[in-house]
Amino acid sequence: MEFGNPVFNIAIFLAFVVITLVVVIRVSKQNVTAGDFYHGGRAFSGRQNGIAIAGDYLSAASFLGIVGAVALYGYDGLLYSVGFLVAWLVALLLVAEPLRNTAKYTMADVLSFRMRQRPVRTAAATSTLAVTFFYLLAQMAGAGALVSLLIGIEGRVGQSVVIAVVGVVMIAYVLIGGMKGTTWVQIIKAVLLITAVGVSTVWILALNGFNLSEVLGKAVETHPDGATILEPMHQYGTSGATKLGFVSLAIALVFGAAGLPHVLMRFYTVPTAKEARRSVVWAIGLIGFFYLCTLVLGFAAAYMVGVDVIGTLPGGSNSAAPALAYALGGTVLMGIISAVAFATILAVVAGLTITASASFAHDIYNGVIKEGSATSAQEVKVARRTAVVIGAVSIIGGILAAEQNVAFLVSLAFAIAASANLPSILYSLYWKRFNTRGSLWSIYGGLGSALFLITFSPVVSGSETAMIPGADFAWFPLTNPALVSVPLGFFLGWLGSVTSSEHDELKQAEMEVRSMTGAGAEKATQPH
Amino acid sequence: MPSPPPSTESTPTPEQFQAVQQSEDFSRLRRSFRGFAIPMTVAFLVWYFAYVLLSTYAEGLMSTPVLGNLNLGLLLGISQFVMTFLITWLYIRHANRSLDPISQKLRDELEGEN
Repeated sequence: MEFGNPVFNIAIFLAFVVITLVVVIRVSKQNVTAGDFYHGGRAFSGRQNGIAIAGDYLSAASFLGIVGAVALYGYDGLLYSVGFLVAWLVALLLVAEPLRNTAKYTMADVLSFRMRQRPVRTAAATSTLAVTFFYLLAQMAGAGALVSLLIGIEGRVGQSVVIAVVGVVMIAYVLIGGMKGTTWVQIIKAVLLITAVGVSTVWILALNGFNLSEVLGKAVETHPDGATILEPMHQYGTSGATKLGFVSLAIALVFGAAGLPHVLMRFYTVPTAKEARRSVVWAIGLIGFFYLCTLVLGFAAAYMVGVDVIGTLPGGSNSAAPALAYALGGTVLMGIISAVAFATILAVVAGLTITASASFAHDIYNGVIKEGSATSAQEVKVARRTAVVIGAVSIIGGILAAEQNVAFLVSLAFAIAASANLPSILYSLYWKRFNTRGSLWSIYGGLGSALFLITFSPVVSGSETAMIPGADFAWFPLTNPALVSVPLGFFLGWLGSVTSSEHDELKQAEMEVRSMTGAGAEKATQPH
Repeated sequence: MPSPPPSTESTPTPEQFQAVQQSEDFSRLRRSFRGFAIPMTVAFLVWYFAYVLLSTYAEGLMSTPVLGNLNLGLLLGISQFVMTFLITWLYIRHANRSLDPISQKLRDELEGEN
């Protein structure tokens, strides 16, 4: 089935790339120090940063994945929207402001603040790189899967070329623009994405007399499974294990967001904790609005495109949103939505790359190898080189993972973030007794158990949709490890701390007072 | 936004931080923050997991039609959005009224008034 006009889609996408590159080059002129590269001079306002957070967070997987999931499975697709949003309350109430107050560039800065530097920094950087890698892979795989539908390029070679182009443009953003340029790309993309989704939603509701119930009714009429799509457990209700898998996914979603390193790093781009709070409020407003829209779009795709048709599209359920745009607004809307989907992948991948390269250069290279003696110029040089390496790895990874399920890879990243990062972040901010051993056990225990359980779960082997379909070494029945690995991360953090007598009272006092008051916090280095 | 002042303030010493940590103002700030953040966190987690667990194990109940085609489960799902917006608003109000004045005062004391 042919959708839209590939030439038109490519033209809109190229226009986006050209405009954002011009913006990136213009704003990058002031980038001089390590700080400017990592946090853009901390000169973004709360509102700008909030929009950029939305741009960072609303990845292609959540946009395309959720619309597709709601179209196919109805009610069960809603969990993603709810979990992805409610998770922001953890960030708002417990993490954003103290994090802005205590640290400089990376997540490891917070976690190692009152601990022995080298081991904790290494651990935090390891889990940063692990989470970022899975998230990156998901985005690049998504890019590959979309290509065939959106710009009519088919076959492995064509897809690989497009993934490589996406990777090269993303590296250019990061190298030229640093955090400042990347942030502007995310702001532009967020505005385009949310506007496009908002307009489509209002349009659909207008066609149905602004009655959500009517949209649902039409979806039920045309869906082969009828009214059951409005009831829970349509997708997850097959067995006791799949039901527990659903609960486990819910845990990963709600505790994952506030442990995602690329989200945490965004809080350093604002001048004060109060602006960090404002950014979260803007982010919650925009993200909440967006996910409410995806609900309408998902049910609309079910009846306007048709579930049978979605099944035959290249890219499967991931293509439901662009196909809906075609049914709704023809070639033009489809072109816009397609270009926005690509822009989304570009912007998110750039944000991930800068996070991973900052963590490697600041934590591993300067913090651990050079023991803090590297100059900021050396650090930025290493960060830039790392960005190129990460870009190359993600291009290769994206080409290899092109057939993998995008939503699954993202929920994996959330599960690892929730297990390895969140326990140690909360403990180190709020529990006096927490110490080096507790941090290490919590980070490595959470990370290790999450990866271990994923390896032996049905997503890697033992089912038709597994990564290795021929083999079967799955003994862990759940598709998401969070139900086990998140409590384990918290438990190990506690156990490690109480079995070690280390306790730096002065450092603890400094961290607590700084985190609550902002005294001594890093100031903005650039006027806005 | 105005350009930031040059950082002339002296960095507080560890002992100064400890003195503030033990001060009456600081424990008031901590009490006020935790007194809000902890109950709210418990509340939203309970509401969220109630929705998740009811969806998983009380399918019949959640499928009860309420408003046209909207059943109880979908409405509870939408209520999560309302809850998130509400708690965000409550927190902003609490932080502006009760937290910011104390933390501002302590920060000024530590960093010097200007």
